[in-house]
Amino acid sequence: MAELKNPASILTLIVIGLCAVVPFLAPALGEPFYVIVFARIMIWAIAAVSLNLIMGYGGMISFGHAVYLGIGGYTIGILAFHGITSAWIQWPVAIGACAFISLIFGAISLRTRGVYFIMITLALAQMIFFLSVSAERYGSDDGLNILTRSDFGLSFFDLNDKLTMYYTIFAVLLASVFISWKLIHSRFGVVMRAAKSNDTRVQAVGVSTYRYRLIAFVIAGVMCGIAGLLQANFERFVSPDMMNWPRSGELIFMVVLGGMSTIFGPVTGAFVFLMLSEILSTWTIHWHIIFGPFLVLVVLFARGGIHGLLTPRASRDE
Amino acid sequence: MNDATANISLEARGLQKSFGGLVATDNLSLEATRGEIHAVIGPNGAGKTTFVNLLSGILKPDGGAILFEGRDITRLSAPARVNQGLARSFQITSIFRDFTVLENVMLSVQAGQGHSFRFWKPVAKDESLRGPARELLEKVGLGDRTEVIAGNLAHGEQRQLEIAISLATNPTFLLLDEPMAGMGPEESQGMIDFLKALKGDYTMLLVEHDMDAVFALADRITVLVYGKAIATGAPDEIRNDPAVRAAYLGDDATDDANGESA
Repeated sequence: MAELKNPASILTLIVIGLCAVVPFLAPALGEPFYVIVFARIMIWAIAAVSLNLIMGYGGMISFGHAVYLGIGGYTIGILAFHGITSAWIQWPVAIGACAFISLIFGAISLRTRGVYFIMITLALAQMIFFLSVSAERYGSDDGLNILTRSDFGLSFFDLNDKLTMYYTIFAVLLASVFISWKLIHSRFGVVMRAAKSNDTRVQAVGVSTYRYRLIAFVIAGVMCGIAGLLQANFERFVSPDMMNWPRSGELIFMVVLGGMSTIFGPVTGAFVFLMLSEILSTWTIHWHIIFGPFLVLVVLFARGGIHGLLTPRASRDE
Repeated sequence: MNDATANISLEARGLQKSFGGLVATDNLSLEATRGEIHAVIGPNGAGKTTFVNLLSGILKPDGGAILFEGRDITRLSAPARVNQGLARSFQITSIFRDFTVLENVMLSVQAGQGHSFRFWKPVAKDESLRGPARELLEKVGLGDRTEVIAGNLAHGEQRQLEIAISLATNPTFLLLDEPMAGMGPEESQGMIDFLKALKGDYTMLLVEHDMDAVFALADRITVLVYGKAIATGAPDEIRNDPAVRAAYLGDDATDDANGESA
C-alpha cells in the first residue's frame, strides 16, 4: 500500500479515485445510474474486505459471511418497523447484534478446521436465513421495506441526501481498508497470520490461538454488519436474499478474484465481479455462460487474484 | 541422582499413552536434572516423538504425571507450558515459511511479553521486539540472514531458526526433537557445536537418532524401546549395557510389531 511503484498500488489509487469522483463524473457523462452502481459495489467491497481479514489473513474460510450483512440490515429494518429510527440507537444495536452473533458462531465453528469449518459456518448462517424467511411479521421472503433511513438528528448529516449517503459509504470503505491494514501489521495481526501459516508452532511459542481467531472473527462480523446496515439504508429494503448462501459464495469469490491476503484486493475484486456481471447482463440474458468460465480461469491461472498478478514477488504480503 | 531431588527440572512419572491398541508410552519415568543434556534414544517407533508431545502438551497422557520445576503440569495446555519456561523444537521443521527470519523470532519475543491483543501499533517498527530478536539471531549465527524469507533458507539454517524460535520464548528447558534431522555431517557438527554452547544455560531433553551427536552431547541417556525406558545412565554405561545392545542389534526378536508412533 505504501509504495507506488508496483501496478497493484496504482490500480488501488485508480479505484479509490474513481469512487471519489463518480457522483460528479457519472452525471456529467450522462450515466447517473452509475452513482447507484458504485455505491452498491462499495458496500459489497466493505463486506469483502471484512471477509478477507479472516479468510485471507487468518485462513478461516467462512461460507456464511453474508449472514452479517443480513443481521446488520435486518436490525435497521426491524427497529425502523417498530418506529425506532434514531441512528444513535440503530447503529450501536446493529453492531452489537453482529458482535454477539459472530461471537457465538465463531466460538462454535472455530473448534473445527478445514471443510468442517466451511460447513458449520454455512449451516449457522442458513439458520439465520431461514429465521428471516419464516418471520412473517417482517415480510418473510418478500423482505421488509424501510420507510425512513437512520436519522442522526443532524441537519448537516442526513442520509436522505444522496451525496451524504454516497460519501458515508465511501468513508466507511476507506476506514475498513485502513483498519484492516493497521490490524494485520499489529501484534494481533501477526498472531493471526502466523496461526494461519502454522498454528501448532504459534501454540509452541506460548500463544493460545483460539482467542485470537475468535476476536478476528468478531471484528470481521462487525465490519460486515456495518456494510449490512449501510445496505439497508441505501436500498431502504432488506430481504432474506441478502444473507442467503450464494451471497456468501460471491463474497468469497470477490476476495479470491481481487487477491486473497492483499489489503486492497477485495475492493478490486468486488468491482470487477459486480461491474462484469452488470455489463455482461446487459449483453445477453445468458451472461452466466461467460461469467462462470471466467471465474474458473481466474482460480486456475491467477492464484493471487488481480492484485497478486500485479504485485512484484518481492513486495508481496503487504 | 538420589541426592539431587531439589535439582530436578523436569520429571515424568509413570507416563502412559496408547493409540487404539498400540501402546506408545508405557509406564515411562524420567528425571532431567537442571543444566544437563538428557538424551532419549531408541529405534524407530520406540515412542520418542510421542514422549516429546506428551511433555510439551500436544498430547495428554492416559495416566501418570509430569512435573516441571516442582509443579504438576500434566493438565496444562501446550501454550501454558511454554509460558512456564518449557519450550520445544520440532523434528519436522516448523517455522513460518513466508515470514522473514527476524519476524519468525519476533513472534516468540512478542509471545513472551504477554498477550497480543494490541491492535494498532505496527510490529515492524517495534524495537522492543526487533532488538531482542536480532540479538538472539546474532547469537545463533543467523545475524546476517534476518531479512531473508524463512522458506528460502538452507535446510541447516532452517534447523537453526527452528531452535532460535524456541529459544526466543525465554525458556529454562528445551525439548529438542531430532534437531539433526535431515542434516549432512558438516551441518550436524555445526548443530552439535551450537548445542554445546547452549549447555549449562538450559536444561535439555534431546531426542536424537544421530548417535555421534548423542554421545558428544549427552550427560545422561535414556533408552526407549516400545514406549518403555529400558535403561538410563551415563553414555559409557549405556554403550556397554547388554539390554541396550540387544535392542539395537535386534537380538530381542521375540517382539513383533514396530508401529511408527505419531
